[in-house]
Amino acid sequence: MPVFPSAVLRFLITLGFFITASFSHAHEFSGFVGGEARLFPNSALHLGQKDDSISFVAQPEYYHEFESGSSFTFVPFYRFDSADRERTHFDIREFTFLWLKEDFELRLGVRKVFWGTTEILHLVDIINQTDLAENVDAEDKLGQPMANISFSRDWGTFDLYWLPYFRERTFVGTGGRLRGSAVVDEDRTQYESAAEEWHSDWAFRYSHFFGDWDVGLAQFVGTSREPTLLSDTDPEGNAIKIPRYEQILQTSLDLSFVSGEWLWKGEALYRTGQGNDDYFAWTGGFEYTFTRVWNSQMDLGVIGEWMFDTREDEATTAFENDLAGGIRLALNDSASTEALFGWVQDLNSSARFLFLEASRRFGDHLLLTAELRTFLNQPADDFLFDQRADEIMQIELAYYF
Amino acid sequence: MKRLIYILSIAMFFNASPSASETPEEKGLAIAKEDDKRDNGFQNFTANMVMVLKNRQGEESSRHIRNKTLEVEGDGDKSLSIFDRPRDVKGTTLLNFTHKVGADDQWLYLPALKRVKRISSANKSGSFMGSEFAYEDVTSQEVEKYTYKWIRDEDREGEKCFVFERYPVYKNSGYTRQVVWLDQKDYKILQIKFYDRKNAPLKTLTQSNFKQYLDKYWYPGTMHMENHQTGKSTLLTWSDYKFRTGLSDKNFNKNSLKRAR
Repeated sequence: MPVFPSAVLRFLITLGFFITASFSHAHEFSGFVGGEARLFPNSALHLGQKDDSISFVAQPEYYHEFESGSSFTFVPFYRFDSADRERTHFDIREFTFLWLKEDFELRLGVRKVFWGTTEILHLVDIINQTDLAENVDAEDKLGQPMANISFSRDWGTFDLYWLPYFRERTFVGTGGRLRGSAVVDEDRTQYESAAEEWHSDWAFRYSHFFGDWDVGLAQFVGTSREPTLLSDTDPEGNAIKIPRYEQILQTSLDLSFVSGEWLWKGEALYRTGQGNDDYFAWTGGFEYTFTRVWNSQMDLGVIGEWMFDTREDEATTAFENDLAGGIRLALNDSASTEALFGWVQDLNSSARFLFLEASRRFGDHLLLTAELRTFLNQPADDFLFDQRADEIMQIELAYYF
Repeated sequence: MKRLIYILSIAMFFNASPSASETPEEKGLAIAKEDDKRDNGFQNFTANMVMVLKNRQGEESSRHIRNKTLEVEGDGDKSLSIFDRPRDVKGTTLLNFTHKVGADDQWLYLPALKRVKRISSANKSGSFMGSEFAYEDVTSQEVEKYTYKWIRDEDREGEKCFVFERYPVYKNSGYTRQVVWLDQKDYKILQIKFYDRKNAPLKTLTQSNFKQYLDKYWYPGTMHMENHQTGKSTLLTWSDYKFRTGLSDKNFNKNSLKRAR
């Protein structure tokens, strides 16, 4: 399972030696290692799946800042998983040289970039590929090779991205839960472009704030991060899915507006090239925070968001017309205890999805995280029907250094 | 004509100085204005702070934060707070544009997601990082944020102090009033007693280990906040103050928030 072709790796190593040779001071080493256990109370529906798993993860980080303010960052990542060979994976999350000048910032190397404002679905975020094997919440991303120049002025920030190499999405493998009945065969990946993963993708983004408004306007041209999954069979006659990555144009807008304790958020996109029809998708809603509830130090946040995709049932996501509600509780104690409970309801069917994420620190270095996800009333035609038995309880203990 | 100007200027001189007819409110405001004037002109500074949180049982935990502050003429300061410890929140950064009146502009950078999030700053009475300091205690203090009333002059540990009350203007404050002990020579705030919304004693802040910077500005090295209602306390220690380090507006935007370390 090659993460990067050897040419890219060789380039990174050479760049690494070049940068290391010029170090003078302030080496900073941090990161985390962790162990995780997953338990699936319901028996597996698909052949090869396990009902529990244990896993280990490491993500060290090396950082160096030069006198000039320019810097170098290196963040490798590795996970071992007892049940799913696809989830056992290595990645370079970051390998970036930041060149800081008076008029601009230039970033070269592998990086992660986030765009967007909403909490439940990150619709317009497109620069990095999703590391779906890592976690189904789609918040983990693969490092993206890029050159990015950024200009910050009084009138806003302008970013230009050149993305010379495409990263394939990771998928849950045969042994893993939270997948479709047919596994995705990443060896048979198809591309619309003849250049395949070497197609040069481009993006630009303008962002600024105007008083209580934050606005981001972006254009992406290149390989869709989201594959269209084609049905096929393997030599043994088992059903499989083949990812096909198309060439798309995506125009997007993201907004947030703060008014007192209210935060209003919205994201919208228009995409052409994915499937036969152009489409719109949007998501938006609010977050309201009650401070010091019940005469305590606790903060209670209430989240409401709506997600819509004009392709409706043909959509390549689970969120074609869904309403989400969430409650976020922050204890504001010395252990930074936090919990987020969420509920996503499909508006076209009875399908719903519930989740709970909680975390608490022990001492100065240990962080305990628990996640619970469950799928209810999935009708047979629903996007997540194949995952109806994949209620998951996950607990992770990580040591931060 | 000259005579008229002379009379006018004498009248103005008397008007501007404390006089028998000055009310306690006017005197309180005059003290706050003088304090603010003495604090002006620092331009910018960087400093490190360590907060030690102590609960009723005496158990301790600590937070390490680096701070960058830029003075903004005619408005509140801009600041960048970078969290170093605990390690799981390392790199989390808060960008704050304080305003003399109204809510501040605040953005939080979450390094794990590389996400910049606008956050609501309307309610500043919430705890800062789980400590006994509220956001409203740690953001820049502006004259306009309170109304004032001078109470008395008092000697405190050999230092002659003004004792005055200040009443938060903003409606979501966690306090009805604060009683401030300010030394008359250098205008150092030695102590503040905070009263909650029900006017019950809530917290006491004691500041010590003052040092003078740039031959002008007195900053405390130690800030001790004690909560009388919960028995918890927070000891905040400042170190490595560096003034006029060349910081400018460029260091306080969303791009610098993302790369702050």
